[in-house]
Order: sequence, then C-alpha cells, then structure tokens
Amino acid sequence: MSLDTLADSTGSDVTSLNFEDTELTLGLPGCESRLPSVRVTKSCSKRGFTETVDLNSRSDCHRAGKPPAAKAQVVGWPPVRSWRQKAVAAGGCKYVKVAVDGAPYLRKVNLEEYASYKELLEALEKMFSWFTINWNYKEESKVKGMEYVPTYEDKDSDWMMVGDVPWKMFMESCKRIRLMKSSEAAVLGENAQKQNFEMKVPSDDDPESLNVQENGSRS
Amino acid sequence: MESELKRFRNSPNSEELTRRSSFPDEVIERVLSLFKSHKDRSAVSLVCKDWYNAERWSRTHVFIGNCYSVSPEIVARRFPNIRSVTLKGKPRFSDFNLVPLNWGADIHAWLVVFADECPFLEELRLKRMTISDESLEFLSVSFPNFKSLSLLSCDGFSTNGLSAIATHCKNLIELDIQENGIDDRGGSWLSCFPESFTLLEVLNFANLTSDINFDVLERLVSRCKSLRVLKVNQSISLEQLPRLLVHAPQLTELGTGSFSQQLTFPQYEELESAFSSCNNIHTLSGLWDVKAIYLPALYSACTNLTFLNLSYAALQGGELAKLLRHCPRLQRLWVMDTVEDKGLEAVGLNCPLLEELRVFPLDPYDEEIAHGVTEAGFIAVSCFCPRLHYVLYFCRQMTNAAVATVVQNCPNFTHFRLCIMNPRQPDCTTGEPMDEAFGAVVKTCTKLQRLSVSGLLTDLTFEYIGKYAKNLETLSVAFAGSSDWGMQCVLEGCPKLRKLEIRDCPFGNKALLSGLEKYESMRSLWMSACNVTMNGCRLLARVMPRLNVEVMKEDGSDDSQADKVYVYRSVAGPRRDAPPSVQTL
Repeated sequence: MSLDTLADSTGSDVTSLNFEDTELTLGLPGCESRLPSVRVTKSCSKRGFTETVDLNSRSDCHRAGKPPAAKAQVVGWPPVRSWRQKAVAAGGCKYVKVAVDGAPYLRKVNLEEYASYKELLEALEKMFSWFTINWNYKEESKVKGMEYVPTYEDKDSDWMMVGDVPWKMFMESCKRIRLMKSSEAAVLGENAQKQNFEMKVPSDDDPESLNVQENGSRS
Repeated sequence: MESELKRFRNSPNSEELTRRSSFPDEVIERVLSLFKSHKDRSAVSLVCKDWYNAERWSRTHVFIGNCYSVSPEIVARRFPNIRSVTLKGKPRFSDFNLVPLNWGADIHAWLVVFADECPFLEELRLKRMTISDESLEFLSVSFPNFKSLSLLSCDGFSTNGLSAIATHCKNLIELDIQENGIDDRGGSWLSCFPESFTLLEVLNFANLTSDINFDVLERLVSRCKSLRVLKVNQSISLEQLPRLLVHAPQLTELGTGSFSQQLTFPQYEELESAFSSCNNIHTLSGLWDVKAIYLPALYSACTNLTFLNLSYAALQGGELAKLLRHCPRLQRLWVMDTVEDKGLEAVGLNCPLLEELRVFPLDPYDEEIAHGVTEAGFIAVSCFCPRLHYVLYFCRQMTNAAVATVVQNCPNFTHFRLCIMNPRQPDCTTGEPMDEAFGAVVKTCTKLQRLSVSGLLTDLTFEYIGKYAKNLETLSVAFAGSSDWGMQCVLEGCPKLRKLEIRDCPFGNKALLSGLEKYESMRSLWMSACNVTMNGCRLLARVMPRLNVEVMKEDGSDDSQADKVYVYRSVAGPRRDAPPSVQTL
C-alpha cells in the first residue's frame, strides 16, 4: 500500500504514480500537488457554499438486513449507563463526523488528537483507504480522477473550506466535516479568487496545497 | 460477653439446648463462621432451630438484593453481630433512566436502625441506592469502627458527603466511589483526610470530574503505606502520575488519570520508569482520552495484568493490538468498539486466557455512524479464547450463524449479554429473526446464569429459553417476542429464574398472571411499555399478598394501562416511602 509513502513524499510529480487513473485527490480542479499540508491563513471573511449540503445521500447498503431508517431515540436504549456517556464526552473528546461523498457510511474523528491540519488530513487519508475497500466498484468510473475538497460546518451552520482559519479556531468551531466532490464544490463565487485563499493555488510545485490521495487499488 | 448473656436470656431453655445438640453452640458457631457465601448460610439456617440461631449469631456479612424485600429492623434483630452490609435498591433499569428520580431506596432508615442495633458496623456496600449528604455525615459519626464505603450507581449525594467521611472516619480503609449520580462540587473533600491519617488501602474517585489538589493527594498516597487500590480521576495528568506511582509500588489496582498530555522526553522516561517499578499491578483502568504513543510506557507493568479496563479509552484496533502483546495473562478485558473487529482479532491472538470480554459503544445513539464491532470480531475472539465465559457485546449487526459458532467454540458461557443496538434488527445476512442465535446459546451453554437478548425475536426464542436454560437466573428482554406465550414459556420453564426485566414487548395480563407462584421464588419482575393493564396488576396483587406490586404511570397515558410494573417478594409488606408517581396495589 503506497498510501503511506504518499503522505511522506515531498512534492514529487503526480504523473510518476502508477495508479494515476484511479487516483483521488483532495484539492481544487487543476491542483496537482499532493501534500496533505496546508498553509493556514487568517481569513476574516467566511466563505460559504450556495448549495445546501445533503449528508444523507449515500449509496445502498449492500447487506440484506439493512437497518431501518433512523428513528427517534428511544429512552434508555441502548442500555448504556448515562455517566459512561458523559465521561467519554467530557474527557477531551471533540468528535466530529466525517462524510465523504459517495461513501455509504460516516466516520468520526476526534479533533483533539491532532495538533494541525496536516495531522488531521493524514488521518483522513488513512480512513479513505478503508473506504475504498468497501465501496461498490461499479461506480469506479465515477471515482476515476475525482477530486475531493475538505469542507466543514461551523458553529453558525455555515459550510466553510477546511484550512481557512487557524487550527485551534477550526477545532472549536467545527461541527462536522464533509469531503465534497470537487464538481459540487466548484460553485465558490467570487470569494474563491481572493489571494488569501492559499489552498486553491493550482501549481505543480506548490508544496503547501491541500491534497489527499486516494489509492484506487483494492488490497 | 454481653451478647452471650443476651442469647441465654432469649433462648427458652439453655440447658435443654445444650443437651439436645451434639455440639455446644460455640462449636457450631465457629464452624458456621467459616461459611462465607450467603446462599450457604441461608441453607444452613433452615436446617433446624439450633443451627438457625447459631448461624444468626455468627453472621458477619449480610447481602440484601432488594432493599424493600425486608425491613432494617428485621435484619438488625436477626443478625445482631453484623459488621458488613451489602444493599441493592432500585430496579436495574433505573441505570437507563426508566425509573423516576425520587423512586425511593433511601439508605437513611437503615442507618438509623443500624446505629442503634449494630453500632459496630464496619462496611457498607450500596448499589442503586439513594444516599444524601446528611446520611453520609450520620454514617461517619455513628459507627466508630467504620472501615469501608463502596457506592455504585447511587445518587442523592455530593462531594460534601465525602468530606464528612474523610473527616470523621478515623478507621477508614476503603473509599470506593464508582459510577454514581454524584453532585461534584469540587475536590476539597480530599483535603479532609487528616494529615495523621495513614490507613487507607482503597481509594477510588475515578468518576468524579472536579480537579483535586495534587499535593494533598501525593502526601496521602505517600503516607498510606498499605494502599493497594488507587483510581484517580481525569484531573490527574500524565506528568503527575509518576509522582504518585513512586510512592506506591505496592499497588495492585491502578486507575490512571488523563493519558493525553504532551510529554517531553524526560517526562516520558519518568513515566516509563515509574511503571517499571510497579510489579504488582493486576488491574489497570482509566486511560482517559489516551494518546496511543504513550502506551509503551505501561508495558513493563502489564506482565501480570489480569484485568484491563479500556472502556473509557477510544483506542483503534492496531493500537490495542500493540498493547495486548504485553498482556499475556489477561483474563478480563473491557474495551470500546473503536477497536473494531481488527482489535478483537488481536484480542484472540494475544489473550488465550481470556475469560471475560465487554465491548462498549462509543456512539450508542448515533445511527449514522457505522463503525464498531460486528459478528466477525465476536467469532475471532471465540476462536482463540476457549475459556471465555462472560461476554457483554454491543454491536450494530449480528448473524445467527455467528452466534452459533461462538457458543460452539465457547460452550461454558455463564453470562451472555448481546446488545444489537438497533431494536428488532434481524440477522444481517439472511434477514431472519435472531431466534436461532439464542436457541444455540441456551442449548449449548448449560451453565448459563445470565442472558440478555436483542434483535428481532419471536416467541420461539422464549420457547428455547424455557426449554433449555435450566440454570438461568437473570433474563433481560427488550423489543422482543410475539405474544403472551413467549413470556409464559420462560416463567414456566426456568426453575432458577430470579430476576426478569422486560421492556417494550407484546406481553400482557395473560403472561403476567401465568407466573403467579413463580414470583415468590424470584427476587423481582420488571415490565415496562408492555401490554399489562391496571386490572391485571390489581388481580396479581390481590391473589399474591406477599408480593409488592408497584405501578408507575407515565404522564398522559391511558388510565387503564400499567406503563411500568415492578413486582417483588417482601416480608416487610408494602413500602411507605413511595412517591406519588408510584402506586402500590
């Protein structure tokens, strides 16, 4: 699995990869650098997306016994003692859901475990590799060459680009993360052109661009 | 001497007694004092009057599984020499918010009686009781020899009550505050132990949330040379932990504080060094928000570990695997489902002596999340851990075939608690009910004492239970069954049944009333959100006067429905401390 080496590499050319065709990259269209690090800038203005984000879209559950649709929570079920829940929640856990467009299930990450965007995105990389193993590859054609943009919903329920704000601020305000297909993220409006949006600089030798690779091969 | 005189005064004819029995009372009492188990002692007391008397005078520990089954006066009168009392109060479903807050099970009346009749009481172990700060203060000043206090799933008190205990109990050796509904008002209670106090052997405050004064704790630990159990709370950091450990290398049970602080290399080395001198640890817990990179510091202390409680540590499978390689003697393991099936495979591969496994869910209420453990992990553990006899398994999917495989690999289950978290969920590969899974469990595991069922279940499951589970004592049922017949099968078929708790099942009056004689041989029955009516309950209460039949109504429910029913045998009659929401019929 070369995913680990991707994380370590320092700006080598994309075209040197063997699995270019099925490569998923996290970044805006045209961006070809692959490092999962990001130059964080202080941005005062929020950039939101015009479309509403629907996190309930997921591909079909493959198993025969698909769980019924989400229902209202039942009192006292599952039978877990309430202080167990409080204890886990209280103890330095900042769990947020991570949704990836096209993946059938959500994952959760604990933002407290990471000290920077780089660490977070490296962890997300590893999670993606698990997703590809489970995905239905009939959709492979759609997956080919796709790029994913990391976005998040903040306290005010606005959808923002991951990397906009300093890490600590992000950690405090992030409610959930969504890795959007770049085609959907294309509608950014004029704000996207602004200089202080470091992430989207499309340049081969830009080592700071936000990018996560997806290994399309199955293991 | 006084008690001897008392006894002679009370007995009808002391000379006659001595002539009749083959041994003098003192000998019988000495022999009987070797019986520790309360079941054995109950059996002994039924043999004859001599033995009954000898037993009651020699009994030092009383276990009361339902505080309302007997009154404190009866207990104190029968056992004048008791030193230790274990009391359980509320129905178990109170842990899951199904019982109104002011339901009862208040310890105070017991303390008042004991202060009068059994002032030499040394130990009190409470589970699901209500205990106020006033009661704790009363306890601390009324019993001069008081040594041990253990509270689990209790409520009604705050850290002020703990202050009273620390201040007044000069002979305290154990303060064990487990998971409770405590009002944590700060850590100053710890400072209430006098500087001269050195007797502590057990200190557990892991589930308190407030900061405590570390210097005070450090001094306490260093001067209590007999300290063998220390479980601290999250306010104690990784940097502080070694400073405690160096004072207590004799510890056998350790609950760490938070395990996630950023450590410098020297600090890490200090931590590692502190653990390496703890050769006696057999139980390890805590590890709140654990940073896996620091786990290697623990390795040297894990050689003799038999119980590892990681149920508050959100570890990944790979991280767990690395740790378990250093725990070859593990017998009991509690984990969170973040370890997933991969982690459970590692359990199987590294822990051949495993007897107990509990897997807790990180996100029990969130249906969008699909991680956790599955049938694969369950099978993996069973393949490599033939001694496994206790399991508590929270999962989001299961199959009949997997459960059948598990019990085939591990036929010695005594406790099988499977919780498929989505109610009424069928076998995830066949879409069928999970009847055959539990059928396999009861057919194969002849020693089964405790069973919790879940998933989509028809009456067939209960037919199997009634037919095969001949040693079953505790059964928990939720969202299961098709008709009254299911519950009837269990009541008629399980001779050793003591506790039956049911929620959200289609069992009605016919089922309830089919167990009339049964309930007197059981500790209790709980039924909530079933089809039982007030009339059914009234009939039960009328026919069985030695049972207490209590009904709790929900707001806005139909007058004729008995929303929550709690039935239990009692020699104390109906209780007088029930709140308005609880009606005794």
